Amino acid sequence: MEIKPKIKEFIINNFLMGADSANIQNDTSFLEEGVIDSTGILELVEFLQETFKIMIEDEELIPDNLDSIDKVAAFILRKQTK
Amino acid sequence: MLVNEFLENSAKANPEKTALICQNKRFAYNEINSMANQLSNACIGFGFDKKDRGAVYLDNSLETVVSIFGILKASGMFIVINPQVKEKKIEYILNDAQVKILITDSKHLQAIPEIFNNCPSLKKVLIIDFERAKQRNPQFPINNTNIVSFYATLEKQSAVCPIKQCIDIDLCCLIYTSGSTGNPKGVMLTHLNMVTAADSIIEYLQNTSDDIILNCLPLAFDYGLYQVLMAFKFGGTVVLEKSFVYPYQIIDLIIKEKVTGFPFVPAILALLLQLKNFEIIDFSNLRYVTNTAQALSVQHILKFRKFFPHVEFYSMYGLTECKRVAYLSPEKIDQKPNSVGKAMPNTEAYIVNEKGEKITSPDEIGELVIRGANIMKGYWNLPELTAQRLKSAFYPEEKVLYSGDLFKMDEDGDLYFISRKDDIIKTAGEMVSPKEVEDVLYELEEVVEAAVIGVDDEILGKAIKAFVVLKESSQLKENEILLHCSKCLENFMVPKSIEIRYSALPKTSTGKISKKDLVNG
Repeated sequence: MEIKPKIKEFIINNFLMGADSANIQNDTSFLEEGVIDSTGILELVEFLQETFKIMIEDEELIPDNLDSIDKVAAFILRKQTK
Repeated sequence: MLVNEFLENSAKANPEKTALICQNKRFAYNEINSMANQLSNACIGFGFDKKDRGAVYLDNSLETVVSIFGILKASGMFIVINPQVKEKKIEYILNDAQVKILITDSKHLQAIPEIFNNCPSLKKVLIIDFERAKQRNPQFPINNTNIVSFYATLEKQSAVCPIKQCIDIDLCCLIYTSGSTGNPKGVMLTHLNMVTAADSIIEYLQNTSDDIILNCLPLAFDYGLYQVLMAFKFGGTVVLEKSFVYPYQIIDLIIKEKVTGFPFVPAILALLLQLKNFEIIDFSNLRYVTNTAQALSVQHILKFRKFFPHVEFYSMYGLTECKRVAYLSPEKIDQKPNSVGKAMPNTEAYIVNEKGEKITSPDEIGELVIRGANIMKGYWNLPELTAQRLKSAFYPEEKVLYSGDLFKMDEDGDLYFISRKDDIIKTAGEMVSPKEVEDVLYELEEVVEAAVIGVDDEILGKAIKAFVVLKESSQLKENEILLHCSKCLENFMVPKSIEIRYSALPKTSTGKISKKDLVNG
């Protein structure tokens, strides 16, 4: 439950230093907006694995799975229902 | 030869060939050449003269490439500004270079709302996604006739190349790099400088028109920029990506597009080697990889070699001021993984001691000095700094480049990087001036002292660490300091960690903050 707010909170606290979230919508592309860099993506993956008790394979590190709050939420749901 | 002729010659020889693959779209040489011609005619129509400066403030994209060549075809000089640069710094660069025309997009335009007020030299701003710019920010003065649509402007123009007014000793571009004084400095390069460097690198990499290069390094960085320039010169194909954020996206492209050359920096290799199934990836088409910008760990080189022995591994060394200096012949990488080899073709490199005398004995450490037609003309508007780096030698009028880097040489004449002479920090292949970060920290009123150092980091090489002494009454938190930094600095300059203290930092006998003591904890 409440996947999206948790992800949003993590993104804001870790990549935007707690800054006002007006610019981060659920469909904002992390890549387009420069929210995350390559070490950031590994931090995000670590957070998702711990918080949602899932295992993320390296091959799943693609924008379709991870490039916005919406995409991350859908990806987690897919992983959890597998 | 002029740099714009790289594109023109390939468009003539092989018009239909794919020059660029970007976001799954393919662009032929003649398409890019026509667009660049249209842009150059538009620039001339806006009053852009020979030697005027045009700047590009965009992520890696088709339009970035078109803009570089369009500005050159209008006989101007181009500047690619790192898309991560924030408001104050972009304004500094635009004013320093007296830029007349800026090409950007709606996202980056938001970062520079006061651009016309603060940068009086600027005459026109061309927006790639003009409609989106209007949607994104209704308040933005889009009715300002100096802000125009890139594509609508191009459409109205002839696709015939304007008459050339440059010769090869004319300046071609300014590449801004971090300086130890805090402000970025513009490296002045002529067409001849760049053609010379491109020729030499193409020669030792043995590039042919069959090569397909994947570039995910920013074009604001000379290493990324040259991937496009060189590929256009030898008539190859570039797969252009914005960044290395999603490793498997890059790996998939390498496989799908049958990439033959992959330039990286140590941070990218470190991330690749962390992937669990990296060694079973099908890199059968990959002919070579290159590394520069920062020394690789020997362990990483050997691991990559073990997984992919068929891939030629080029370990190289260079600096923006002359593009490239040396490379290690790939067959020596297993014996000398620490070395960056010898001077590249048509370049001479030697080591001098503190008196400026050439060192001939192996293992003696001194500063690396470079000779060649690839050496910059100096730093834009900075004659004193230029004189520190470009010094007379050998022939009248000839200048040699003092690299600011300490090296040694072995018995075979192969070079080894030791360290930088100044305190510039190299992190993820980028140069960071501690002073620039410290200046930003001092902008916070509650900061009494600030010192920035590089600490060892497995992926980044060095990670930026800041020590901040706050006023006793201060309630300032680490994340508030980081937020301030991220508003003012490119992401790679923002400290990875901050140590807050309430008592004075250790000092040297002359009263300066002792970074040595901070490093040693």
